[in-house]
Amino acid sequence: MVDAEGGLSLTIARVVQRLRGSSLHSQLERQARVSLHKPEVKLESLKEDIRDFLKTSGWEKKLQNAVYSELNVFPSPCHPAAPPEHMKEPLAYMRKAQGSWEKRILKSLNSMCTELNIPLAQKRPASEQKELLNKWNEMGTDEPDLSLFRPVYAPKDFLEVLMNLRNPNYENGEQPSFRNHLGLIQVPLKVKDIPELKEDFSELGLNIGQLGIDDSAQVPPEFFENEHVRVGQKVLAEQDSAAAQQYVRQGCPTALRAELWALILNISNQPEDILYYEQLKSNVIQHNLLVDSLIYKDVKLTASNDDYYFVFEDYLYQVLLCFSRDTSVLEHFAYSSATPPKSYIRGKLGVEEYAVFYPPNGVIPFHGFSMYVAPLCFLYHEPSKLYQMFREMYVRFFFRLHSISSHPSGIVSLCLLFETLLQTHLPQLFYHLREIGAQPLRISFKWMVRAFSGYLATDQLLLLWDRILGYNSLEILAVLAAAVFAFRAVNLMEVTSLAAAEAVLADLSTLKVVPLLQIFLFATVT
Amino acid sequence: PWLARWQRSSGAGIPSRRDALRRDRSALPELPSCRRAAPGWERRTGEEPWDFHWCDVGWLHEHFDHASLPEHVRLCHFRNHYELTRKNYLVKNLKRFRKQLEREAGKLEATKCDFFPKTFEMPLEYHLFVEEFHKNPGTTWIMKPVGRSQGKGIFLFRKLKDIIEWGKVRTTLSPSGEWPTGIFDLFCLPGPDGLSTDDQKDETQVEVYVAQRYIENPYLIGGRKFDLRVYVLVTSYIPLKAWLYRGGFARFSKTRFTLNTIDDHYVHLTNVAVQKTAPDYDPEKGCKWMIQQLRQYLTAKHGAEAVEILFADMDNIFIKSLQSVQKVMISDKHCFELYGYDILIDQDLKPWLIEVNASPSLIASSQEDYELKCHLLKDTLHIVDMEGRLSGKEKRVGGFDLIWSDGPVSREGNLANAFVTGCHNDRKKQLKQLFRSLRAQQKAEC
Repeated sequence: MVDAEGGLSLTIARVVQRLRGSSLHSQLERQARVSLHKPEVKLESLKEDIRDFLKTSGWEKKLQNAVYSELNVFPSPCHPAAPPEHMKEPLAYMRKAQGSWEKRILKSLNSMCTELNIPLAQKRPASEQKELLNKWNEMGTDEPDLSLFRPVYAPKDFLEVLMNLRNPNYENGEQPSFRNHLGLIQVPLKVKDIPELKEDFSELGLNIGQLGIDDSAQVPPEFFENEHVRVGQKVLAEQDSAAAQQYVRQGCPTALRAELWALILNISNQPEDILYYEQLKSNVIQHNLLVDSLIYKDVKLTASNDDYYFVFEDYLYQVLLCFSRDTSVLEHFAYSSATPPKSYIRGKLGVEEYAVFYPPNGVIPFHGFSMYVAPLCFLYHEPSKLYQMFREMYVRFFFRLHSISSHPSGIVSLCLLFETLLQTHLPQLFYHLREIGAQPLRISFKWMVRAFSGYLATDQLLLLWDRILGYNSLEILAVLAAAVFAFRAVNLMEVTSLAAAEAVLADLSTLKVVPLLQIFLFATVT
Repeated sequence: PWLARWQRSSGAGIPSRRDALRRDRSALPELPSCRRAAPGWERRTGEEPWDFHWCDVGWLHEHFDHASLPEHVRLCHFRNHYELTRKNYLVKNLKRFRKQLEREAGKLEATKCDFFPKTFEMPLEYHLFVEEFHKNPGTTWIMKPVGRSQGKGIFLFRKLKDIIEWGKVRTTLSPSGEWPTGIFDLFCLPGPDGLSTDDQKDETQVEVYVAQRYIENPYLIGGRKFDLRVYVLVTSYIPLKAWLYRGGFARFSKTRFTLNTIDDHYVHLTNVAVQKTAPDYDPEKGCKWMIQQLRQYLTAKHGAEAVEILFADMDNIFIKSLQSVQKVMISDKHCFELYGYDILIDQDLKPWLIEVNASPSLIASSQEDYELKCHLLKDTLHIVDMEGRLSGKEKRVGGFDLIWSDGPVSREGNLANAFVTGCHNDRKKQLKQLFRSLRAQQKAEC
């Protein structure tokens, strides 16, 4: 067990190492040098004066935000002697399961590739490049023949894998009964119960103002809304990430949301970021990847058919095609249980010098992947900013929804949390659904994997994602899923088949997220 | 389903009236559950007596002048609604109203009427049009027939010769083998045998068009153009009483907007009817956003204030357009009318009036759309109030808000400064409260 001191110094060392050499670092140096010309900076008290200058000019705040961002993203190191796999995933059996899942996906991708006789990557001829460049803003008009492509996997395939996860060290010979877990997930991970969730999500409490409840037409805005907007504007003026993260726990006003989210994720769309995006764009133009067709297919099948997101089709291509080629995404594999798939240059199978990550960002899209991007199109219209916001959301949150890990925000824990909440607080419903062959997780899994995108009305979805950012955790997805079941419990008790249960829960577009969460956490008798 | 009859249930406390409802075949073929919209009403056909007629404009023109209607009956159109809904009359009335406003209240006040793109009636104002056309070479104009709807017969042009070309396609060679060259001739409908000699010209019908300045910088979302459909209910013109419905929708064009494809109707015309025939139209997918969504999107992008100004400007359009026809409209107490306003927003967030429909389509393109239209009809019937339940002082009934009652309407609470299109529509709750308090009032009075 590492003592607090040691742990802290390790963290500091890591943050310093990551920020050193970053553009923020060089900007700070430049600012410090510029400050030497200022009259208030004197040679005798150089160090303090420069520090004061950086504070008053807002640069210290930028540094603070960057440090805060690092702390949020990277988990604290467990032990100086721990091998790097432990930062990815401490439990060996989870690592193994993730590894075999990855092998399966890659095999599926490779066989599609061989079947269709399409290379994984190919340089585009000059004429094609020109055409694509002209059509960049309306790629949705393209109608390539995608009938032979199929998504590499769908959420339900992934659920099957999770259902078969077992901890080899855990003997659970007993028959399933009320004393142990009746659900589909059978791994002994620790999940929170309602009292703990109440503490964690205390800002959702009944006596605290919320957007999504206290800004409805019936409530005069003087009670909560006006003041909340004022505070939000102040937070933006201060440019403080930590304050913003605290603020959005009560919901973001529509007009301020885009800026607040960017502040929390520390995205500022600097010239070098725009340049980076343009670089990615030129990569898309020059090379054609097999995953591009998968992306096209996914967008056409999901977002284009959505009543509200179809308008943003073109933006989705612009983001996702660039995303596949972004090697900076590979950094997140340091703390993800996943490992990027490797591919070999033709003819050099197994030769390490000729290994490349495929796709370049290491992420193979699955059916519904584009729905992670679609809601952001409501907030960000400039392609490079939209791109960066999505990338950051992915490497902070979404990657956990399709990789096998023991992390409390990982999909396995979310599933277990959902099932436990349901079994503990709605045992009759759970048992009934199980008896008729409608295990609740079979229905709610797809909601959680997509972070409810495409299932909730857009304004409600954005209120939900406010809380994901505010609490830096995805647990709220499991709580909401349980709350939805609780809300429709009466109808669900009357169904007699899985299909009927699916029908009761098919349409979530009229649900109001915040009251549901509040009632489930704070107004249900436990 | 609309052929079925239904019986009124005996509701306690509601004064018993002869309740009969007649629905005209052609007006509502699309709305399958008339029953749902008006519970407790019975259909009537033929010559049976009736209280309420959802008629089409054809029936109205035929019968209105000759029928002597009992006091309590209601019809869903005004006798000369075309003053507002036919494009050439609307333009005439707006121009006249603007002049009047300028005389009475000054130039600044008159600019509040500048929500209608420059329009000329054809062929009557052809020469005025040509003058304006030459002042701004290179701009795009749109030609629309005044009498048709759903996008039919519309085309865009940039050169005068396009009109000539188009006209030639419609007409035929004269007996002497020449194409008609007079502008008037271009707008003539072909005679019964396809020829249009000089002798026949007097009897030939001329199809009236309007040429309108095309809005070249529409607001785009996802590269697509859209227009708004908003519903306004007028229960009387003298005095003017108008209600605005909180729901409505934005109709998106299926393809990305570009001025390069003037011939591509599907881009420029956003009427759902036109979109439905587009080659890649997917009937499963709606090309519509509810107005609430649009309002949210715009607020996130431009901030709450800019959006408030936009919706305030839209309110201005409704009121000014109704005021402009107030004096010419035959305001019969039997009549009410539900108008469908088509509004286009440009890139500066300025709303433009495209047209007003007297018979807005009630065909639903999706479940959400169906619910909107059902609720719209229900609330319309609540306001027409044949059962005599309302006190007449209400400022809100269901999803409708009173926006003009012989003068501007003040609103209380947190909607005092908000313009309600696209606001939260809690109509069920509102109706429940309204009718409960009305019943209580009635009981107190007995």
